[in-house]
Amino acid sequence: MIGPSVAWVATETSEAWLVALWRLLTLADYNSRVVILGTALLGCAAGVVGSFTLLRKRALVGDAISHAMLPGLGIAFLVATLSGGDGRSLPILLTGATISGLIGAAAILGLRSTWRLSEDAAFGIVLSVFFGAGVALLGVIQSLEAGHAAGLEGFIYGKTASLSWTDLMSIVSAAAVALLMCAMYFKELALLCFDQAYAESQGYSKWWLDGLLMSLVVGVAITGMQAVGLILVIALLIIPAAAARFWTHRLSRQVVISAGIGMAGCFGGGMASALLPNLPAGAVIILACAILFLFSLMFGSSQGMVWRAIRRWQWQQIMLRQHLLRAVYERAETKISAPEIAGESEVRIDIADLMISRSWSKPLLERLVDNAQREGLVTRIGSQVALSRSGWIQAKRLTHQHRLWEMYLITHADVALQQVDRLADDIEHVLEPSIIHELEQLVQGRTVEVAKSPHQLPEPN
Amino acid sequence: MGLDGWIWALDGWILVAAVLCAVSCSLLGNFLVLRGTSMLGDAISHAVLPGLAVAFWISGSRSGTGMFVAAVAAAVVTVFLIETLRRTAGVDRGASMGVVFTAMFALGIIMIVQVADHVDLDPNCVLYGSIELTPLDQWEIAGWLIPKAVVTLGITLLLNGLFVALFYKELLLTTFDSDLADSMGISSQVIHYGLMTLVAITAVASFESVGSVLVVAMMVVPPASALMMTDRLSGMLAWSAGLAAMAAVMGHGSAIVVPSWFGMGSTLTSGMMAVSAGGILMVCGLVGGRRGLVTRWVRQRAFAAQVAADDVLGFLFRLEERAKSNAPTSAATTGHEPSESLTTKNPATAVQLSTNLGQSLPQSMRVLSGLVRRGEVEPSGAGYCLTDAGRRRAQLLVRSHRLWELYLVEQAQYEIDRIHEKAEAWEHVTDESMRESLDRATSQTALDPHGSQIPPEVERHNP
Amino acid sequence: MVSDRPATSPHSAGNPPDLGANRSLISPLQVWDLTVAYQRTPVLWDVAFQVEPASLVAVVGPNGAGKSTLLRAILNLIPRASGKIQIFGDEFSAQRRRVGYVPQRESVDWDFPVSVLDVVTMGLYREIGWLWPVRKQHRSRAMEALNQVGIADLAHRQISHLSGGQQQRTFLARALAQNADLYLMDEPLAAVDAATELAIIQQLRAMKQQGKTCVVIHHDLQTVPEYFDSVLLLNMRVVASGPVAEVFTPENLQKTYGGRLTLLDEVSSAMRRQEKLL
Repeated sequence: MIGPSVAWVATETSEAWLVALWRLLTLADYNSRVVILGTALLGCAAGVVGSFTLLRKRALVGDAISHAMLPGLGIAFLVATLSGGDGRSLPILLTGATISGLIGAAAILGLRSTWRLSEDAAFGIVLSVFFGAGVALLGVIQSLEAGHAAGLEGFIYGKTASLSWTDLMSIVSAAAVALLMCAMYFKELALLCFDQAYAESQGYSKWWLDGLLMSLVVGVAITGMQAVGLILVIALLIIPAAAARFWTHRLSRQVVISAGIGMAGCFGGGMASALLPNLPAGAVIILACAILFLFSLMFGSSQGMVWRAIRRWQWQQIMLRQHLLRAVYERAETKISAPEIAGESEVRIDIADLMISRSWSKPLLERLVDNAQREGLVTRIGSQVALSRSGWIQAKRLTHQHRLWEMYLITHADVALQQVDRLADDIEHVLEPSIIHELEQLVQGRTVEVAKSPHQLPEPN
Repeated sequence: MGLDGWIWALDGWILVAAVLCAVSCSLLGNFLVLRGTSMLGDAISHAVLPGLAVAFWISGSRSGTGMFVAAVAAAVVTVFLIETLRRTAGVDRGASMGVVFTAMFALGIIMIVQVADHVDLDPNCVLYGSIELTPLDQWEIAGWLIPKAVVTLGITLLLNGLFVALFYKELLLTTFDSDLADSMGISSQVIHYGLMTLVAITAVASFESVGSVLVVAMMVVPPASALMMTDRLSGMLAWSAGLAAMAAVMGHGSAIVVPSWFGMGSTLTSGMMAVSAGGILMVCGLVGGRRGLVTRWVRQRAFAAQVAADDVLGFLFRLEERAKSNAPTSAATTGHEPSESLTTKNPATAVQLSTNLGQSLPQSMRVLSGLVRRGEVEPSGAGYCLTDAGRRRAQLLVRSHRLWELYLVEQAQYEIDRIHEKAEAWEHVTDESMRESLDRATSQTALDPHGSQIPPEVERHNP
Repeated sequence: MVSDRPATSPHSAGNPPDLGANRSLISPLQVWDLTVAYQRTPVLWDVAFQVEPASLVAVVGPNGAGKSTLLRAILNLIPRASGKIQIFGDEFSAQRRRVGYVPQRESVDWDFPVSVLDVVTMGLYREIGWLWPVRKQHRSRAMEALNQVGIADLAHRQISHLSGGQQQRTFLARALAQNADLYLMDEPLAAVDAATELAIIQQLRAMKQQGKTCVVIHHDLQTVPEYFDSVLLLNMRVVASGPVAEVFTPENLQKTYGGRLTLLDEVSSAMRRQEKLL
């Protein structure tokens, strides 16, 4: 697919560089294949697990737990070394780290429930105390035999650029287990995140479900930490999930999108670090994820800031235009006896009259009139305005809708009407025809008597 | 002792630096914990990295104020980004911290790698710190050689102390009820950023000497411990400062001592300080005055013991009552007869009590011996009976009980068979003023719903 | 109740719809076509009303009708899409000192390490000013306020030991200590015992006697005529407003709003409490 373009560029720039790119994109190179596949799989698993922790409002749990693994590493190393074994044997280290990670997770839950400490305080305590213990242990190990513990440092910073085949295999199996667990317990985890009290009332143990989620975090963290380092694992557990929130409100989609963003970030970051010299892979992957987050933040289809800003601005404009049209129409109504007859567009309204009908400032009103004139809704004649033919039709419809809404809110005052955009949503699409008919009757009745806007009290004088 | 290697000129300064750092962190940490932003210390300590890199890029040197200013600036930017993500994009606070600090850290790593070829800007140092090296880098101030770290940390503590003292009211109000603060014109945003700037300054000042682990630990753990000890903000500030200082001292001591137990050399002070703080938290969590487990357990036990003693006294009182009403010339009806008249003596044995009150025999005996010691019950023949003091207390209990029964039937429309257990539970916590209101709320009858006499209030006994 | 006159603007001589008859003094609170929206969903729509000096005003409406939003918009805590608000004929920022706010009880953490007296003293912080510490006179004024609401004996208790009614009295005492002229209260009578409700209402009446105005979000339609002078029925917009005697005739209201409103409100606040527990 990209073959031709490569060929085209190759004539212009350094051929060697493009060959490298080509080899990378096709994953021809063994080393970059391991790195990119490994991190991408990890990103996928972390994205899925991270979605649940994010929705459980425990985004930073990965931060706390992965720091809590350090003392386990140190103790495992010390025990193995002192008992004559190989301190750097991976299974022993991983067992130690897993155990201390699980203890950390239990400590978080325990601090919460026993002492009513807030979530963030529990995270902070576990993170700092466990990590402190780990630092102290590393200090001991270093004084024990200088240089011997060098391998342990890798757990904190990772060795992303030099992932081995064994690392890849362990990532594959851990990711598979994590994904499988998430799939199997999807609805239980969803329930936990959505409504813990309800989950408990349904007989699910909070401890069991929270324990499951924490164990998944431990699983991802332990695999990721030895492969790519602590900070990258934390980032992968948080950033993709947070980014996915801007694209959807549905949990199932959230999980999939988050996994996708995690994979894409790792893929892109891995590529970039392989291509560009002197860039640490882990850091570049985090930045790639952060860029995807930024993109989602701006352009995410459900919550993206740009769309939100545009929508808000549009909404504001529509609201102001409707205010103007309604104000003109309602003034016009008082001037002529039967507004339905033709020639209504000739009714001229003083801008000064409009001025007192709402709390708008003079410049704002001027601007609104100018805008409406440009859109062909009104014509301005000196200090007066008149609705055009299309403006009249629109204003009439708006005012009618508005009165129906008002009548609805008044006659159904026991129900709050939420999630309805009364500027954009036509009343016919929201309410039952029978109710609308009833409202029409009421509005008509009032019109004959006195009122256009039934909410207003007599103006004091 | 394991403190053989202790040298005052070195360890003394280390201790001073550690205490200064711990106290200044914990002062601000109280507000972080109360505001639900405990992890900010962690976020900031990672996020200053790009600031350090930029400063190095510009100045080309590793030390100096440039580095400091840039790091603080990076920290403030971090806080701003976190707040913006939270407020305008609605990202959960924890998640926004996580996103911002990992991204900043990554950015910092990349920048450092670009310049690190010719400089030793070691990220290790930021994480673990090297408080052991503080005495080596000294300034001469007024003829004294004082370690640089001690000077900067001293200034930091002074700043934090001043800030907390001068803006105590505002910090309290914006932390407790930010809406009210804003409506009163005390901008919670201004206070928030002020606090965060100081958190940043403190974190940066602490990194080089003690490392970020300790910053996070001291910002969260001592305040959380203080929360177990007291229920006033002022008390919390004092406790957290004291506990933080204690953790610092213990940490440095144990860094030297503990490894020697296993025949190893000393370890890193900063790590052990965090561990000590954790140990102190556990102790506070056990014996703390407010939420401590032991305290709670002791309180429960004490209450249970009071209930058991009350039950015994009430039983003996009712026994006497029954004896009195059976006697042909009742002493109680006239009210003039001295209460220690022989006819009212009506001892009960421990076995009798335990079977009637549902207590185990040893428990009843324990309760009785306690009551005897307090002079509320005295042995009489094979059993025990009330003394005057005991009778007064018992009378009030029975009065509370019967008033409650009357109240429940009259005012709360309870069925008569359900009132006893309620009254039984509440009589132990009913004081004089409550009895008075009960008496006022119920009809002025002398009999409870079961037909028993409601004993009168006991006059204060003034010997 | 119904008029063909358009809502008038603050630039004209006219006033927004009034909640009373006597207009000899400057109104403590005037609102002209206030619109507030979260994203694109309007929460308040062209709300206009005016509050009489020295009166007790109930704000009533179903959950989600924008009652709290109205108070928060008046206090400038949330931005408004359009409209104008005047406090004593002036901008809010200029009259801030004369406005007291009693937030919803659930809005603060009652586990917070402060005593009842500390919370009440907070009402005086603005008056004490930046950098100045709380002095004895302020504490004694706070004690006085606690005395007025009848919980002076709890002054040194930590706030988590209070019952719901006592918490509400604490908030009221804080408002009293603030000594404002206009009070905005968010459900001060929600989930309190009968004795507290009575004590709070008596306090509100005493405040009215002193010429203060209270705008109170209230959840119980039944007690509105008994407790309040005028009422603002809100359902995103002003459904009805005016003196209780005029607007709040039992037959009129029972017909339209009946018991349904109260019941729904109860259910939804019960649900809210449930959610709080999570």
